[in-house]
Amino acid sequence: MTVREDRTSPRRRGVYGWVDPRGRRLGHWAFILNRLTGLGILLYLGLHLVVLSMLATGPNAWDNFVSLALTPVFLAMDVVLIFGLLLHGLNGIRVTLVGFGLVVDRQKALFVSLMVIGAIVLVVASLHIFEVG
Amino acid sequence: MTAQESPVTEQAQAPVDTHATSGTGRHVRFRVSRFKQGDQRPHLQDYDVEIAPATTVLDALTAIRRDQDPTLLLRHSCFHASCGTCGMRVNDKEALACVTEVSDLDCDTVKVEPIANQRLVSDLVTDMIDFYDRFRAIGRPLLRQSEAFPDSEVAPGVEEHRRYESCIECGLCLSACPIVASDGRYLGPAALAAAQRTVAEPRGGDTFSVLRLTDDAQAAWRCHLSFECSEACPSNVDPAGAIMFIRRKLAGQRVNSIFGRRS
Repeated sequence: MTVREDRTSPRRRGVYGWVDPRGRRLGHWAFILNRLTGLGILLYLGLHLVVLSMLATGPNAWDNFVSLALTPVFLAMDVVLIFGLLLHGLNGIRVTLVGFGLVVDRQKALFVSLMVIGAIVLVVASLHIFEVG
Repeated sequence: MTAQESPVTEQAQAPVDTHATSGTGRHVRFRVSRFKQGDQRPHLQDYDVEIAPATTVLDALTAIRRDQDPTLLLRHSCFHASCGTCGMRVNDKEALACVTEVSDLDCDTVKVEPIANQRLVSDLVTDMIDFYDRFRAIGRPLLRQSEAFPDSEVAPGVEEHRRYESCIECGLCLSACPIVASDGRYLGPAALAAAQRTVAEPRGGDTFSVLRLTDDAQAAWRCHLSFECSEACPSNVDPAGAIMFIRRKLAGQRVNSIFGRRS
């Protein structure tokens, strides 16, 4: 594009402008949470691949990990993971619809509605996780 | 009617200056961002100002400049939200200082900073060249068809009812946008909103080339839907809505091109 790149400006907020929540409204919270959960899911993907690689080291290592994964701390981390997946996925639906010009003037209500659905699913999933655990 | 109730008696009372910044009794602390050329970074400086019920942030700043510190630099002109020159960050939110009443902020300390993501000149003054540069390719539509009186007759000799476009070029949308904060190449909400107006009401302009300019990774597709630009806009331009309008147009063109139809 024709815009000049100006990195000398002392006032450009940089990545801090993404995550600074002061004075921001609902849409920006959705923006912040989408980025944070996206990074979290990426981190989980890496960890998941590391954990799966234990399968190659034999059944003992895997069984030890499974017994660790059933401890309350790990189960709580599963709940956090599901929270991240739900928020990122459901907000992704909003971003896709609104990003192509649909329901733009209802984007706040759409976000709130999807988050309510996500909260219900999270509660049900959490109960199930600790029940099985 | 008694003399006390008569309107004449009421008119005779001295007018009350609701914008006054002295003799009112209520003090508010203003933490104002200061920066002069050669400084490493801006710092906050405190000033106490007396305020009246309708004192605006701009009233207070001009009072500081008049009574306490003539070195404080700020931009302002119209005092009624038409010129867009007094755009600032007040308590971390983008606002026009001329229509932001201190009493509405409901606090004893008001932080005032220049708009973000622009080159800082001094104190509350930013260089708007970078902002105006963004309009260069898109153009800057100024007059639009007025929607205020759809059923009224147009006077003889007048082509149509017109009004100025809503954008007052205050730069608050660029200040609020998190993408502009991290990527100076992004065309930004103000120019994209201008593009949307050109497409929505061509006025003889070349909508095809304007749309083509917006169909870029650093233009319409760079927005990440925080909608902060629309929240910050004091003039109901709704830049985020405008960007989504452009995206729908562009997506429609893509779909039509797949099926061999011209949009």
